[in-house]
Parts: sequence; C-alpha cells; structure tokens
Amino acid sequence: MHEILLKLWEYLSHDFVIYALICETMVSLCASLLGTTLVLKRYSFIGDGLSHVAFGALAVATVLKVTSTLPVVLPVTAVCAILLLRLGQNAKVKGDAAIAMISVTALAFGYLLLNKFPATANIAGDVCSALFGSTLILTLSSSDVIISLVMCALTVIFFVVFYNRIFSVTFDESFAAATGTNVKFINTATAVIIAVVIVLAMNLVGSLLISALVVFPALSAMRLCKSFKGVTLCSAGIAVSTSLTGIILSIIIDTPVGATVVGVQALVFLVFLVIGKIRRQ
Amino acid sequence: MELISCKNLSVGYEGRRIVSGIDFTVCEGDYLCVLGPNGAGKTTLMKTLLSLIPPVSGKVCFGEGFSSKQIGYLPQQSLVQRDFPASVREIVLSGCSGRMGFRIFYGKEEKKRADSAMAALGITSLKNRCYRELSGGQQQRVLIARALCATEKLILLDEPASGLDPRATDELYKTLANLNREKGTAIIMISHDVEAAKRYASHILFIGDNPFFGSASEYAALESLTPGPGIQTAGSASGTHKGVKRNA
Repeated sequence: MHEILLKLWEYLSHDFVIYALICETMVSLCASLLGTTLVLKRYSFIGDGLSHVAFGALAVATVLKVTSTLPVVLPVTAVCAILLLRLGQNAKVKGDAAIAMISVTALAFGYLLLNKFPATANIAGDVCSALFGSTLILTLSSSDVIISLVMCALTVIFFVVFYNRIFSVTFDESFAAATGTNVKFINTATAVIIAVVIVLAMNLVGSLLISALVVFPALSAMRLCKSFKGVTLCSAGIAVSTSLTGIILSIIIDTPVGATVVGVQALVFLVFLVIGKIRRQ
Repeated sequence: MELISCKNLSVGYEGRRIVSGIDFTVCEGDYLCVLGPNGAGKTTLMKTLLSLIPPVSGKVCFGEGFSSKQIGYLPQQSLVQRDFPASVREIVLSGCSGRMGFRIFYGKEEKKRADSAMAALGITSLKNRCYRELSGGQQQRVLIARALCATEKLILLDEPASGLDPRATDELYKTLANLNREKGTAIIMISHDVEAAKRYASHILFIGDNPFFGSASEYAALESLTPGPGIQTAGSASGTHKGVKRNA
C-alpha cells in the first residue's frame, strides 16, 4: 500500500501530470455532455465514425510530418461531422450506412498511408497508440493541453448557454423548428463540437475506444434519472469520477490509460443497470 | 379574424407535388378536421403550413399579426420520444424555447405559462413524473400543453389519437373541444376518425380525389345525399364517387 501511494505521489508531484489529469477529465466531461443528446437522438455511432475519420486525418498529418497535428485533424473531422449529420437527414444514404462507409474508408486510408510512408521506425506502436490511446498520459505536449482546456471550456459554455434549446431540439426537432428555434444552428454546432471533443479524446483513449466516453455516462445516468437535467448532471458526474479513477488506477496498476477508463465506465454502467432494475421492481 | 387562408395551394417535397388545388381558411376559434386517405398529403400540408417546407405552388397567407411561428404543433410521436428521460415540466417548458429570443434561461413568465398550460390539461399532478412512464393519453396531454406554451391561438395536431385506446381517445377529443370552446384556441387536426370529426369539428377539409372544404354540417348533409368524399362505407366500396367539389 505504502509503495503504491509513493508511486502515485511521485507521478502527481509533476505539474505536467496534474495538467494532463485535469485536461483529460475535462474532455471526458465534454464528451458526456454531448453524449446525452447523441444517445437520445440515436446517433451513438457518430462518435465512433468520426474517430476513425480523425485517425485517417492524423495519419496524413503524421506522414506530412506536421509538428502539431491538431490544426490538421480538427477541421477535417469537423467537416465530416457536419456532412454525416446532413446525410442522416437527407436519407439517400441512410445515416448509419453513411457513417460505416466513411469511417472504414478513413481507417483503411490512414493505415495504408502510415505503412507506405512510415514517419517513424515503429509503425505498429504508432498505429496502436492512435487506435487505443497512449500508454502513458505523459505523451501530451504542452500546447495540446492548452488547446484542450480552451476547447473544453468553450464546449461547457456552449452547452450551458444553449441548454434549453438543445433539450427542445433533442426532444422534438420539428416542433422546435416550427416554433422558431434555430434547429440548423444547434445541429451544426453540436456536430462541430462533438468533432472537437473526439479529436481531443483521441489522445486519451485512442480512436477505437472513444464511443465509450460518449455513450457510457449518458446510458448509465438514464438507468436511474427521470429528468433531462438529472441525466445531464449525473452523466457529467459519472464522466468526471470515472476518468479520474481510471487514470489514477492506470498509474497504480500499470495499465493503458484508455482501456482502464473505459473499463471503469463499463463497470459503473453495470452497477447502475442493476440498481435501476432493483428499483423498478 | 382570419388566421390562415390557402388559395389553390399545391404541396409536396422537392418540387414533386403530392396534392394540389387546396382551398381553405381557418379563422379564430375554428376547429378544422383534415380528412383523407393515407398518402393523400395531409402531413405534407401540415409541414407546409408550419413553413417547414415551401409550397410547390400557390401561397399560404397568414392573418395580420399572425405567423407560422405562432402555431403550436403536435407531431406524430416518434420513437425517440417514447422513452425520453425528461420530466413533464421540462417538456412543457420546452414549448417556450422559441420565444426566448436571446435569453439563456426561462424566466418567470415562461414558468407561469407552463403552469397554466399544465393546469388547463389537468396534468399538474404529473409535473415531476418521467415522460416515458406515462400512458399514451397522458403523453399526448403533455404534448398539447407544450403546444399551448408556444401559442394559444392555433394548435395543429397530426393524428393525435393514433395508438390510444377508445377511452383515452374520447377524453382527448373532449379536452380539445374544451380548449377550443373556453380559450378560443383554433384547432387544425389531421384525423382518420370521420365520426369524431363530424361531432366535434366546426369545419372539415377533405384531401383526396374529391376535395371538399366546408362546415361540418355541410359535410354531413352532403354525405347523407351521396356516398360522400372519402367515406369508406360498404355501399361506396364500388368506388362510384360523384364529383362533389365545394369551395366555401
């Protein structure tokens, strides 16, 4: 026990670890805020699809040897997010099929590029960390941390300012549009923000595991809460506590950060599921 | 006062017309039932009235000081809504979201509106209940209360009785008739229920092969003379509709 605490203390004494911890918790919080809307609108898979797009963009940025990848990856993912939401409405290619199509194409393209034009000697390692997240949170660069924190703050502000409109649009888009809410703006803004959150979250959990950050907190909260406000607050709480627990746990037992956080979230979901079942009886 | 009037209106999607030659007016305090077979374009007409889609040709004219944003809308229920985790109060309040302007949160006025709308529909006691745990009839009341939050002038309902049992349907019709009588709220309702339309509505609009618009009593009179527009009685199964067309 003493050894574990010592190890934890050693890690936490670096400013940088603290920053990373704060920033990853914020990203997880943002993912959960938007997750509630996405899950309720049956768009859970958008997170997954977009993260694959982000992987493709990341591969391009790596091959081009761009020093900071965010300015390349962010706009590409945001544009795809808007496209996917539009496709979902037009229904010529159904939403889920469009997501599947775009995401596998991006994934294949990215892997192909990385293999053909390797930026480093360790391709397998690069791909693995892009897919499953860094093994250590220390790999974040300081500019990444600052960008993440600013983006997260903007997301939270957006969510609070438009909370009532987001609710209205999520519950009933045509009613909201008919009574004068700017549905297009809310939908586009949500798409852009979810893209931002996903790109940021790639550092933490990698592109394959991002959906968990989006759907698990919302789904867990929905087992117990009966109001939208309750679900939102509860899922935010779950997101913050599970990502803190997951990161600290990963330091203690030497496991990959992303997989540990997702594992903790899955466990919390199970607990909420059982409590929900018991309560209903 | 006239709220909405349509002259020779054609509606459809992306320039493809589904139904044309629609003529009708809705005045304050009217109760209009829109009847017609499936696929005749009833829901498309609703969306056009709400300015969600543009008319293919013709024009929807709104009365002075009235706009499509002042129509309280009750869509056909979607799957998303049936298991939505939200309290009744939250949903009713969301009817006010269009009137917030640049404000962030609901103010006292909106909360008062929501409270009085819930009182009008007798759902005040359900205020903190979760929407997904309510019965179909109760859910419809919540949605009507939400529509009342948006407006008290005109409510548009798209097959509100679908999925309700006969008793709940009956109660719903009575509630709507009360709103119409006591608050003077004009109602436009898409429906398949010809009997209820004749009993409660003041006007009837039939969309289909033999379009009709007139008062409910005219419709009933016409129907007793001929197998009226859209009435699927055993006698009219042969399909010998007379070309009755009236534009009142």
